Amino acid sequence: MSSLGAVSPSFGGGNSFHWNLVDDFRQMWSFAFFQHGFEAGTVVAIVAGAIGYFVVLRRSTFAGHALSHIGFAGAAGAVVLGVDPLWGLLVLCLGAGGVIGALGQRLRGRDTVIGIVLAFSLGLGALFLSLYQGNDANEAVSILFGEILGVSSADVVLTLSIGALALGLICLMYRPLLFASVDEDVAEARRVPVRLLSIAFMMTLALAVAVAVQVVGVLLIFALLVTPAAIAERVTRRPGRAIAVSVAVALFSTWLGLAISWYSNYPVSFFIVTIAFVLYLLVRVVPALVALRRGVREAGRFVPGPPDLDPMDGGRVLQ
Amino acid sequence: MTVASGGPVVEAHFLTAGYRNRPVWRDVSFSLAAGECVAVLGPNGAGKSTLLRVLLGLLRPLAGTVKVFGEPPRRGSARIGYVPQARAFDPETAIRGVDLVALGIDGHRWGIAWPSAGRRAARARVDQAINAVRASAYAHRGIGQVSGGERQRLFLAQALVGSPDLLLLDEPLANLDIANQSTMAELVAEVARDRGITVVLVAHDLNPLRRIVDRVCYVAGGGVLIGPPEEVVTGPVLSRLYGAPVEVLIDSAGRRFVVGLEEEVAHPHTGEHAGHDHHLGDL
Repeated sequence: MSSLGAVSPSFGGGNSFHWNLVDDFRQMWSFAFFQHGFEAGTVVAIVAGAIGYFVVLRRSTFAGHALSHIGFAGAAGAVVLGVDPLWGLLVLCLGAGGVIGALGQRLRGRDTVIGIVLAFSLGLGALFLSLYQGNDANEAVSILFGEILGVSSADVVLTLSIGALALGLICLMYRPLLFASVDEDVAEARRVPVRLLSIAFMMTLALAVAVAVQVVGVLLIFALLVTPAAIAERVTRRPGRAIAVSVAVALFSTWLGLAISWYSNYPVSFFIVTIAFVLYLLVRVVPALVALRRGVREAGRFVPGPPDLDPMDGGRVLQ
Repeated sequence: MTVASGGPVVEAHFLTAGYRNRPVWRDVSFSLAAGECVAVLGPNGAGKSTLLRVLLGLLRPLAGTVKVFGEPPRRGSARIGYVPQARAFDPETAIRGVDLVALGIDGHRWGIAWPSAGRRAARARVDQAINAVRASAYAHRGIGQVSGGERQRLFLAQALVGSPDLLLLDEPLANLDIANQSTMAELVAEVARDRGITVVLVAHDLNPLRRIVDRVCYVAGGGVLIGPPEEVVTGPVLSRLYGAPVEVLIDSAGRRFVVGLEEEVAHPHTGEHAGHDHHLGDL
């Protein structure tokens, strides 16, 4: 992402697919930019997958979306100043996260306030991009859609540090955050600092969003922040397992997306987003199909002819 | 249980409560004895939940004193179990009834609960609480997938899991059908009796509760009246409390129906402090 204006590196278009995946992986790994992308992508997938559970549980998906867009102004501003965009993302996301958290879960019209700030931030971002001499479209595209293969080794270190911090905060807040998310009134009565948690959660989310923008960009942030957690909650209802499944889905999408991009010429973020989307379709469609089949099979059990009704049993069909 | 000391569980003297110096009700004095079951009744916005918030230590009284277990109420008391008004959950919400009940034990602690002997003991207490409200059949299903009545029981189990001496229930019967209302009321009475718990429950309608409550606490018109139902829920007493004519109809089964006399309410002859002129305290 810090490759200011430079044409982003790529694998040069379509290495052919071999069945010797180990050999292929060794070859990918020989490229420093692939290594960096893989490392940053792994950290981001773990953090985004884990915090995504709480984003979905707290119905804060819009806040997560908004944070990334507000971060866009920060990234674009950093480009103008000649600073690593990741720093710009961090500063604005954290600031916005603190404010959104302070608004609290219950404020009526909260989403309206967030939306208004979001729109203003996007406008600022547009201004900053035009201020950046030459109005380089590459930089805008990499902020909007992610440029995981443009991550520098310095960015990897920063991503790892921020990711570790975010994950540590999630672990620390785990039980009271769960409590406050499902049962705010009781949590408050039990002396859980719900307002502080709301702010701390949003700022942790801001950290996750800032690093995730490198991988999937401002516009595709949902694919790592929300889709894996939404998949997980359809697979299991246990909080711990849901987080594990969410992380696994985020990792799978990121790794497979990176690997596929090695053989093709299309953006990595496209593959990551598509894999996550296909998985989501699977967990939504497959259970529906199974239920449908079961319904058809059960319907087939009826013997044709007048049903034997028991008037004393509310007219239910007797077996 | 541990209230063997004999003192009142709750004691209020000339208590005034409200928000930002705007009292919701004022000068209320009453005391609740251990094991008592009290229904808090009254119109919307009269301050029924305010009373619970004061007892929970979430709202400081504007004037007067209140003591719970002989001390001013404070947040986080393990001796109080609280069930707030029911709220809706998405069907997919990835948390089960058992997880919710377990939060009643250690939800206020930082960090993740790692497997340990203490954790196993907590698990046993969770199962015990779930059995007490007879919710084991659906406690392992997602919280958004059980019915409203089932969810209410799980929240009751969460409140019970910390072995409280005082149970505060905010509209536990709201949104339940008639059959579920009486089941829930009897369940509350049963667990309270078995464990010697004092119960304060906010309700809209006294009738489903009339077999289980010892006294009613009527909050209206800026005042609070507490006493046996047959003394408080009467036309003359409620008319004084509301500062407007009210009639109470009693049917053959002993159910009481509070009916406002609309034609007179439409022309209030009262000033700003309608209900406050009458001194309303302990009966």
